[in-house]
Amino acid sequence: MLDLQGYGPSILEGAVLTVEAALAGLGLSILFGLSGALAKLSSALPLRLLAGAYTTLIRGVPDLVLMLLVFFGGQMLVNDLVARMGWDHVDVGPFTAGVLTLGFVYGAYMAETFRGAILAVPAGQLEAARAFGMSPFLVFRRILLPQMLRHALPGFGNNWLVLLKATALLSVIGLDDMVRKAALAAGATRQPFTFYFAVALVFLALTTVSTLLLALAERRVRRGEARPA
Amino acid sequence: MGEAAIAALEVEDIHKSFGALAVLKGISLTARQGDVIALLGASGSGKSTFLRCINLLELPDAGRIRVTGEEIRLVAKRGGGLVPADRRQVERARTRLGMVFQQFNLWSHMTVLENVIEAPIHVLGLPRREAVERAHALLAKVGIRDKRDHYPAQLSGGQQQRAAIARALAMEPAVLLFDEPTSALDPELVGEVLKVMRDLALEGRTMLVVTHEVGFAAEVASEVLFLHEGRIEEQGPPQQVLGGPRSDRLRRFLAGHTERARGLGRA
Repeated sequence: MLDLQGYGPSILEGAVLTVEAALAGLGLSILFGLSGALAKLSSALPLRLLAGAYTTLIRGVPDLVLMLLVFFGGQMLVNDLVARMGWDHVDVGPFTAGVLTLGFVYGAYMAETFRGAILAVPAGQLEAARAFGMSPFLVFRRILLPQMLRHALPGFGNNWLVLLKATALLSVIGLDDMVRKAALAAGATRQPFTFYFAVALVFLALTTVSTLLLALAERRVRRGEARPA
Repeated sequence: MGEAAIAALEVEDIHKSFGALAVLKGISLTARQGDVIALLGASGSGKSTFLRCINLLELPDAGRIRVTGEEIRLVAKRGGGLVPADRRQVERARTRLGMVFQQFNLWSHMTVLENVIEAPIHVLGLPRREAVERAHALLAKVGIRDKRDHYPAQLSGGQQQRAAIARALAMEPAVLLFDEPTSALDPELVGEVLKVMRDLALEGRTMLVVTHEVGFAAEVASEVLFLHEGRIEEQGPPQQVLGGPRSDRLRRFLAGHTERARGLGRA
């Protein structure tokens, strides 16, 4: 077995932070993604342009570069802003910057996934909902959302797995996630393979559990689809 | 006394163009309580567009619509056409206009029962138990009570359309709008849907039916409208319009449709 030389708890602590950052980033990316998708499908041209610029820009620049930009640039922007408001200096910690970046970056991928999923919902079913007096919000909540889920889930699951793995990049901006903890342990013990291998196993465990949960969710949202009776 | 005078639906002088193409050039009709009005016409005559203008799935360029006496307030839009003045008023009016679509448009993520109780619960605010009771009775009426826990994809087209009719009836609408309800069905399934519609007509439901089924119009309708290129070409009781067509166009239309019906019968 792997001998972690007493660094096990430290790496586990890092793993918890990894999962927290990933989940927070996921929540944010869903918000960005839904807004982006609805903006892309909107009839208002400025919204479409804005969303188009967002997804083009984000998907065209490496995650790590964006992360560094948000971390350093965001820091400057925030402090510029608080200085102008006459407040005290504010530190954007690596967790906040990391989660913001993950949410912002993966929101762009989610926007594409959600846009495709919305377009896959038959227009006639939305029309029927309107014809029965549903308000736009009710149509979204009762008809569009549950149906787009089934189309969005495969792409969504993919994005989640990539996002989860991208948290490893957060160690670069100083987040004490499990990759950084492993790097510290590797440096102290001069056994890098052991610790990075342990990290790989933890990531694999997290993605395996995710895949199982996603498969369950997919079975649930696919209810009612054509199948042999 | 006053109530008898209020028409279930009054539509005045509806105009609609898609780009340069004028699809409706001024169509009016009045449906009194219990009227069954059949709208006939070749494809492209504008009959479906007209039906969709009534519940504002299409916005007419001009015209007036009154549902059970209440006029839907439409205001002119910049650059032409009309838009609703009050979205909520349109939503309320739509609850009184039960729509049945050519492609059924049942919500595919819900069972038949869920489809039927959805709008009564979430739009009308009916208690769930009451909505379910109402749904059971309606599903029995259209003959698919045993299918209530099936999803639409597990049903035949005829069963789906009957479920869609139950869904429309569950709103207890003042008028039922049928948009070519049998056109998407295999020929052997048309009969079961027409039978349900005939029963509804006999019950005294107010119905507007866009259809190619000349036989159904002749037998069930109280009034027949024949549309041609966005105008009403002939209008009157079925025995008059279908029995003694005045225009060549209607004569040709009827000849084509009876021929096709005979052809189907032979096949």
